[in-house]
Amino acid sequence: MMKELVENLAKALVDQPEKVVVNLIEKDKSTLIELKVAPEDMGKVIGKQGRIAKAIRTLVKVAATRQKKKVIVEII
Amino acid sequence: MKIVEKTAKTVDEAVELALKELGAAKEEVEIEVLEEPSKGILGLIKVKQARVKVVLKEGPSQKASNLLKQIFKSLELDVDIKTTENEKSLLVDLKGHDLGILIGRRGETLDALQYLVNLSVNKNQETRKKIIIDIEGYRNRREKTLQKLALKLADKARQRGRNVVLEPMSSQERRIIHTALQGRDDIYTFSEGEEPYRKIIISPKK
Repeated sequence: MMKELVENLAKALVDQPEKVVVNLIEKDKSTLIELKVAPEDMGKVIGKQGRIAKAIRTLVKVAATRQKKKVIVEII
Repeated sequence: MKIVEKTAKTVDEAVELALKELGAAKEEVEIEVLEEPSKGILGLIKVKQARVKVVLKEGPSQKASNLLKQIFKSLELDVDIKTTENEKSLLVDLKGHDLGILIGRRGETLDALQYLVNLSVNKNQETRKKIIIDIEGYRNRREKTLQKLALKLADKARQRGRNVVLEPMSSQERRIIHTALQGRDDIYTFSEGEEPYRKIIISPKK
């Protein structure tokens, strides 16, 4: 459900939703979510001073808290 | 975007069929008549049916609710979404059980949600619609708390004859404080610092 969340949010923000790729990597104590978008869309998921990225992470934190997990979102 | 094509005896009938399928009202769609019906003359010309194309317009409230629905589904939250739209803004009122998790510390999560919905709905739009999301009257409660805080800190600044620095706040919240203290002649307010750490300073007038 966290993968879905990041995917839906990213698709709603970018101009090329078909190029959004989200990978979920489970580790011992945490989950890593990798978000890939088209190079032209990078700004749309990061934002000025990372404001958009921060907002995405804030929402993912809600999902993570509900699952009692530590989640890291990386934009690559 | 949802598109439906229908044929029927008359244009009105075809439109009605399409609206029924889309579950939409007439104001929410754009209608294009593809073929006008003709009755045929004395059976010499074949009877032609009306054919229409009906496109469901996605207004800001539709877009906002769709995105929110997706988000709440991922979060496994059962939330009731109500939207009120006027010319410049769109109010989204969320109701449900245990939504404190969506508000977060000092509204942090609610602001993140509001920010992302604003960006998404206004993406590539000519006119911007300001979207305000509220949960169970939180914004109103927060406004009252901030007004009280403003008055208290303004008195403190005057009594001590020194600046009082508030913690960083969003522009929305800063405006509430500036407005609350606008009429006073013993102190004045201004903001300092860069977003998102911009904060208000209350300063005594000498």
